[in-house]
Amino acid sequence: MAFMTDRKRANGMGSAKEGTHHFWSMTVSSIALAILMPLFIFNFGPMLDESYADVQAHFARPYPAILTGLTLIVAFTHFKMGAQTMIEDYVKGGARKITIIAVSLLSYAAMATGLFALASIAL
Amino acid sequence: MADVNRGKRPLSPHLTIYRPQLTSMTSIFTRITGNAMLLAALMIVWWLLAAATGPGYYDLARTVITSWFGSLIMILSLWALWYHFCAGLRHLYWDTGRGFEIKQAERLGIMVIAGSFILTVLTLILI
Repeated sequence: MAFMTDRKRANGMGSAKEGTHHFWSMTVSSIALAILMPLFIFNFGPMLDESYADVQAHFARPYPAILTGLTLIVAFTHFKMGAQTMIEDYVKGGARKITIIAVSLLSYAAMATGLFALASIAL
Repeated sequence: MADVNRGKRPLSPHLTIYRPQLTSMTSIFTRITGNAMLLAALMIVWWLLAAATGPGYYDLARTVITSWFGSLIMILSLWALWYHFCAGLRHLYWDTGRGFEIKQAERLGIMVIAGSFILTVLTLILI
């Protein structure tokens, strides 16, 4: 207890249980996505109706592979946090925790699946 | 305890009370577009997985994603993405403490709506 300070006692006791970390993470990821998304749309969009061979060749190149990988990671992280905020606004009690956990698991699973697919195409 | 009335306290007025306004509508659409893009995101992940699996499975994913229904989801999500993009930039601008005057906020709302449609059409032309 000798090291307990007023600041430490107050930490995590607010209704949000945390400080501004969530807000700051959203800010950082939103700026990342503001750069990534326009690049991703114009890089990925034309591939949607291409042949199997063309798609393989496209994602085997460094720029499309790195861009798609980055977009998968940042977009699903940003989604996970944004969806959490929405759930916190509309869902109450135990259902809130379960929904947040489910959305987080789905986000991580989708991210991992996308990265695995990308790696198997690229390598 | 002190909080006997937990869960039965009156709510402050919100969506169902206020008349719809440009600022509130552009705000709720930021949330709707952001969360609705999950569907397109999962479809793209599935498409990537199919492309990693083999030509047969890829052809199925390609057929689904370029069908009229797949295209509808992709085009609506493209608009959702540009809307969320513009609304996100508006949030970053607000975070600097500017743009909160009603006139400015409404002008920003119009810019977000117009920007989302212009960028969607431009993208569809360029891709």
